[in-house]
Amino acid sequence: MRAPLIIVAAIALAALLGPLLLPWDHASIDWDSVRAGLFADGHLLGTDDLGRDRLARLLVGTRITMSVALAAALVALVIGVVWGAVAGWVGGRTDEVMMRIVDGLYALPFMFVVILLMVVFGRSIFLVFLGIGAVEWLTMARVVRGEVMALKQRPFVLAAEAAGSSGSRTLIRHILPNVAGVAVAYLMLTVPQVVMVESFLSFLGLGVQEPLTSLGILVNEGAEEMDVNPAALLLPGGVLVTVIICLTLAGERLRDRLTGTGRAAESAQ
Amino acid sequence: MLNLILRRLMTAIPTLLAIIMLSFLLMRIAPGGPFDGERALAPETRAALEAAYGLDKSLPEQVMLYVGNVLTGDFGPSLVYRDFTVTQLVAQSLPISLLLGGLALILASVIGISAGLFAALRAGKWQDEMLMLGATLLTALPTFVTGPLLALIFGLWFGWLLVSWQGDGIRWLILPVIALSLPVAGAVAKLARAGLAGQLGQDHIRAARARGIAPLTILRRHALRPALVPVASYLGPAAAGLLTGAVIIETVFGLPGLGRYFVQGALNRDYPLVLAVVTLYASLIILFNLAADLIYGWLDPRMRQG
Repeated sequence: MRAPLIIVAAIALAALLGPLLLPWDHASIDWDSVRAGLFADGHLLGTDDLGRDRLARLLVGTRITMSVALAAALVALVIGVVWGAVAGWVGGRTDEVMMRIVDGLYALPFMFVVILLMVVFGRSIFLVFLGIGAVEWLTMARVVRGEVMALKQRPFVLAAEAAGSSGSRTLIRHILPNVAGVAVAYLMLTVPQVVMVESFLSFLGLGVQEPLTSLGILVNEGAEEMDVNPAALLLPGGVLVTVIICLTLAGERLRDRLTGTGRAAESAQ
Repeated sequence: MLNLILRRLMTAIPTLLAIIMLSFLLMRIAPGGPFDGERALAPETRAALEAAYGLDKSLPEQVMLYVGNVLTGDFGPSLVYRDFTVTQLVAQSLPISLLLGGLALILASVIGISAGLFAALRAGKWQDEMLMLGATLLTALPTFVTGPLLALIFGLWFGWLLVSWQGDGIRWLILPVIALSLPVAGAVAKLARAGLAGQLGQDHIRAARARGIAPLTILRRHALRPALVPVASYLGPAAAGLLTGAVIIETVFGLPGLGRYFVQGALNRDYPLVLAVVTLYASLIILFNLAADLIYGWLDPRMRQG
């Protein structure tokens, strides 16, 4: 679990600090070297057909993709934990109705809901992460509900109630801290999902807008010129895939360790 | 069985109507209309245009009019492709998308199920580890990276396959179908492995093994069908995944399918076109979920009561 996280942390650090070390930013144009090759005029990865430094664009694109993903995953975390905790804690009819809604939403193609939101409310970066967060909370809600229902029966919760702790206090002080571990595991699994959705939208021109850039935009630009300059596709694509795979692997392993499901439980059967 | 189908249809139809109405209303509250251009139109021109497209009526009237038209197969005129109705555009592009999606679904099921079953039979061994790692990688690779990458390697570097639509022939379909099926194949493989591994540990399988029945017979007669239940339950999400993937794949490979019109419509605010595609997608997904329910019943008799 260590290695994938270190790789992601290294990429995040480079994206955060790298642009500060470069004399160019992602949108400034170097008129003297347009479409420069590798290492030309101090541009380590060359420049694109508008004369913008490719390394700066790659780093800033990574930074934006990762921050949008983190923000959207946090939105999903908040909605999912609140929804799941309430459903699991209250139980009965309320639980049934709330989980029916989740089931119904699962059947919808998220991507189209987000695209519809983009079309209707215009394409702003805030809407990108709010919209994505608003559709990616379902799994979180399901998992948190299950955990809360299991914890509700545990002796320490009954003890808290016997000691006169009010319902909301028991939920917040005794149950939610025990849900935190699993919630973090699913947060880690939500981030790569969100990275994918964001890049998907940006690739189609419906997500992050110029002059900002993101990995999705860079992959799209790279695909246009891949016949003459494959690196323009391979570099942003490679960073994107690395981030997604590392976070997925780390998240899956954390989840399996915390919940005891997955591979270990299967082979134990 | 018939009872189940009817009951599902009873819930599917109102769902579909609600989706049509909701997306219509969402489109209508959007800021910016189709006639907002660089220059302001003369008021008379604007009024004439709005009257021609029925935009001068009250909102409930517009909704009812729209739903009525859709039920008779009329999605209205496209606001951007002026010479076509939306129904014509959809009729042209739907077969291409269905062909692409259908072939990708078949390919993904064949690859995914065989890889998953093989991994389950080798559970814990290196073949299992490798196949499941591969499946994780496949589900993590976004189509908008694999699509251009496959086109680059097999189309441009090796020159074996076509990288874009050429009008006819079948060779143009190969790369798009492969690119579209990869993530679904990975997910199916994981589910098939989990399904069979779960079945093999069950008492009736152990009893059959104890009676000395050949492993292959056990697999075919007793374990296979219930093992595929998780795969069948994935059919609905798989349909959604294929539809979203198709949007990308059609854009990357320049196929004139439904997904491309959807993206164009979304970028141009071509409301009738976007609405028509959303309605079609929603019906397809509802259809796939219905199919999944029926396949369940066939795979596992206990679920027929439902």
